[in-house]
Amino acid sequence: MSDDHEHHDGNDDHELRVSKIRDGTVIDHVRGGQALNVLAILGIDGSEGEELSVGMNVPSDRLGRKDIVKVEGRELSQDEVDVLSLIAPDATINIVRDYEVIEKHRVEPPEIVEGVLSCPNTGCITTGDEPVTSRFEVLEDGVRCSYCGTIAREELASLIET
Amino acid sequence: MRHDHLITSKQLSREDIETVLDRAAEIDADPSAVADRHANTLLGLLFFEPSTRTKMSFETAMKRLGGDVVDMGSVESSSVKKGETLADTVRVIEGYADALVLRHPKQGAATMASEYVDVPLLNAGDGAGHHPTQTLLDLYTIRENAGLDDLTVGIMGDLKYGRTVHSLAHALTNFDVRQHFVSPESLQLPREVVYDLHQADDGAGIREHDSLEEVLPSLDVLYVTRIQRERFPDEQEYQKVAGEYQIGPEDLEAASDDLTIMHPLPRVDEIAPAIDETDHAAYFDQAHNGVPVRMALLDLFLSDDGAGGALGGDGDE
Repeated sequence: MSDDHEHHDGNDDHELRVSKIRDGTVIDHVRGGQALNVLAILGIDGSEGEELSVGMNVPSDRLGRKDIVKVEGRELSQDEVDVLSLIAPDATINIVRDYEVIEKHRVEPPEIVEGVLSCPNTGCITTGDEPVTSRFEVLEDGVRCSYCGTIAREELASLIET
Repeated sequence: MRHDHLITSKQLSREDIETVLDRAAEIDADPSAVADRHANTLLGLLFFEPSTRTKMSFETAMKRLGGDVVDMGSVESSSVKKGETLADTVRVIEGYADALVLRHPKQGAATMASEYVDVPLLNAGDGAGHHPTQTLLDLYTIRENAGLDDLTVGIMGDLKYGRTVHSLAHALTNFDVRQHFVSPESLQLPREVVYDLHQADDGAGIREHDSLEEVLPSLDVLYVTRIQRERFPDEQEYQKVAGEYQIGPEDLEAASDDLTIMHPLPRVDEIAPAIDETDHAAYFDQAHNGVPVRMALLDLFLSDDGAGGALGGDGDE
C-alpha cells in the first residue's frame, strides 16, 4: 500500500511525500498554503510533543495544489472540524486507527464560531480588555461578528486568535 | 417578540415601532397623565462619551415620568479611570437602578453589556454602530411630517461612521420607503449595513449616490449628518467634498415644497441657518421629540408586564 488512506478519493492525487500514520487524523484537501493555519486553529504548534506530518502545495487533481496535515494520536472533535471549515472548506477528514481509515467525512460550516477568530474591527468591544469571548455568525461567504456586525470574507486565517 | 433590551433598530418590527410612536404621541398630547407613573424608579445613566441631547432627554424623560436618575458622571471621575471593565460597571450600576442607558465608544458595547445585566438596557449609541432611540425619535418626526409609507428619503453625509444613519436605514426597511444614500465615496455606508438592507427588502429600495443634485427633487425627507473632518486623512481631501454635502436656500428651488429636512444635531455647516426659519426645517422639533419618545420607551420597558408585553409580546395590555 503506497499511500493508502490519502488515496480514498479515487487516486486523483499524486503520490504524497509525507508518511502515513498509525492512529490519528489526516486532514486532506486543505487549500494550498493553509496547512499552518489549520494547525493554528487546532492549537497545535509542536510544543507539546505532538507528532505531525505536513505536506504543503502538493499536486492535486481536484484543487491544483493542496496541503495535507496528519496528526498522530489525536482524533479531531466535531467542533474543531467545524471551525476548520472556515479556512479549509474543501477539506476531508480521515480518522485513522491502526493504519486504516475508519471514518471519513467532509467538513460542514458551523452556524457560530466562538473564541476562535478575533474581530478585524479595532472599534469592536471584543478587541478591548473586556471579559468577552469573540463570537461570529458563519455566513455563506464569510463570518460576521455577533457584537459589532462587521463582516469578514477574506483572509479569515489572519483573524485566528493566537 | 419579547425585548428585554433595546440594542439595535434591527430588532424592532413595524408593529414594535408603531407601538412606541403611538405611545409617544399619547404622552406628547398629555404629559401630565404620566407624571407619577414611574415614581420611585431610578434610571442609571452610563455615558462613556460626551452627550448633550441624548443624555439630557433621557434624564428629562425619566423625571417627567416621576422617576429619577443616577449618573455615573464623566469617565474621568469614575472607576473606569481606574481600569474597571464595562462588564463590571454595568453589573454594579444594575444593583442601583431599574434600567440602564449606555453610551460607549466601542461598537457592540451594548450587546456585550446586555449579556451581564437583567434590568432593561437601552443602547444610547455604541461607537459607529447603532443608536436605536435616536431612530425612534427620527421616525416619530418623519411620521408627523410626511407619514411613514410611500416615501422617498435621502440620507446624506457621513454614512460610514454615522450610527444614527445605520439605525434609521435599518428601521426604514419596515416601511414602504425608498432610500437614497448620498456621501463621498470614502464615507459610504459600511458594506455590512448595505448587506442587511439588501437582505431586508431585496435591495429594491436602496440606492447610493455621490451627489445630492440628482435625487433632491424626488425627496420627501432629507436627513443630513455632519461630514466629520477628523475622519479624513488630510484637510485637502475633506475640502474637496465638504461643500458638496451642504444644503442652502438656493438648493431648495429644486426641492419639493413639502420637503422635510432633518438632522440629528449637532450641526456645523451642513445646513445653512437661513433654512431654520423655513417650513422645511424639522431638526429642532426632532430634538424636542426625544423626550416624549424616550418617555414612551422607558414606560414600555419599565411597565410591570415588561417590554415584551408592550412591544409586540404576549402581555395583557
